Amino acid sequence: MMDGRQSRTTWIDALEPGLDALVVLLVPACLFAIFRLVPTEEKMGVVQRIFYFHVPSALAGFLGVALCAVCSALYLWTRDRRYDRVAHASAELGVLFFTIVLLTGPIWARPVWGVYWTGEVRLTSTLVLWLMYVGYLLLRRSAENPEQAARWAGVLGIVGALDLPIIYKSVEWWRGLHPKVLKVSGGQGLDPAMQHAFALCVFTFLLLFLALLIQRCRLGLLEEQVATLTQEVSRR
Amino acid sequence: MTYWRAVLLVAARDIRVEWRSREQAVTLLFFALLVLVVFNFAFDFTVIDFATLGAGVLWVAFIFSGVLAISRSFQMEREQDRIQGILLAPIDRSAFYLGKVAATVLFMAVVEAIVVPVSVVMFNFRFSGRIALVVVALILNTVGFAAVGTLFAAMTTRTRRGELLLPLLLFPAAVPVALAAVKTTTHLVAGRPFERYAPWVALSAGYDLIFLAASVLLIDYVLED
Repeated sequence: MMDGRQSRTTWIDALEPGLDALVVLLVPACLFAIFRLVPTEEKMGVVQRIFYFHVPSALAGFLGVALCAVCSALYLWTRDRRYDRVAHASAELGVLFFTIVLLTGPIWARPVWGVYWTGEVRLTSTLVLWLMYVGYLLLRRSAENPEQAARWAGVLGIVGALDLPIIYKSVEWWRGLHPKVLKVSGGQGLDPAMQHAFALCVFTFLLLFLALLIQRCRLGLLEEQVATLTQEVSRR
Repeated sequence: MTYWRAVLLVAARDIRVEWRSREQAVTLLFFALLVLVVFNFAFDFTVIDFATLGAGVLWVAFIFSGVLAISRSFQMEREQDRIQGILLAPIDRSAFYLGKVAATVLFMAVVEAIVVPVSVVMFNFRFSGRIALVVVALILNTVGFAAVGTLFAAMTTRTRRGELLLPLLLFPAAVPVALAAVKTTTHLVAGRPFERYAPWVALSAGYDLIFLAASVLLIDYVLED
């Protein structure tokens, strides 16, 4: 296992500094767009601007969960550690971005709905999802060795992905009889500046997700190498 | 040895071990009854109609005691390293898994069979549904809960924080069964027509099938070492 140490430069390594630089530039650009370029929404007022972070975070979170499921299955199939590192990193990022979603949601909901939290289907199922992936990370940490952690996490990643649509459906039915608090406002009637700013934020968050994913996978690789080295040293 | 014989043997072994001590069933039963007592204090059932809250109370009791049952079932395998013996035995690991699920469902069913009548007396609720349907609903949802719970327990009980970790993983994953169980039971207790809760019964049955199948396929990865 000596050759694994920072020997090859992959296309990801070549791409990564540019990606990081782009994200560093784009985040202030998003903030500028949100606070200076975009008009204030008529009914909700200034708090509506939180949507430009809230919705892209949710998209990034879903990307993390989906990627975790796919890589979990690929890991169990191929036993290639790289898939496990991606699964672990994307689960962590999923938790991170859904934490942002769960924090920004109530900040918006309080002035607009009058409450921080309701039993609405998306809120409830997002919270359940978040709890599930926190559990995923805790299970990984509790395993006896990295190989076991990877296998168990693979199982949990698949079970979680199977469960999520059922959870969503069941919570939806559960709330079926209650009046909908949230009115889905589609894209119609949105100011072009709002649309552009929103698209910019989505793009930025997806790039941010990708940049963090690469960093976290690299960190995972380093952690594994440290573990291997520690074992080698202690054996001597 | 055929596959299903192995399943039966594993289940029978769990039941025999339990029958010799009867420790677990008694503890679980009293735990479930205690949950009812706590709810009895928490809500004033002379004011609140039990038909609206009762199903939730019952299922909280079943789910809490169920988690204990599942957790206990795998801790038992750790004692004297019994699990090694099982893994070395020439039986399919999924047969071992299904046997554990069957035994757990039976333990939970025993608790349910006693707690439901007790709650009828304790909370004085009038029961107008059909008994056979109640049994079907209880079993469908218990199977789903035990299926996912047993798969998770096969992992969590081998960690240091097992008892804490199992509910943490299981409760979010079992949200659909919990909701389906409470809704079905509420409609049943109120004696409403089957069409009202048919989707929930279908959801429970679907959940059972999906996660039993998924667990049978995945258990080999869990019990590899």
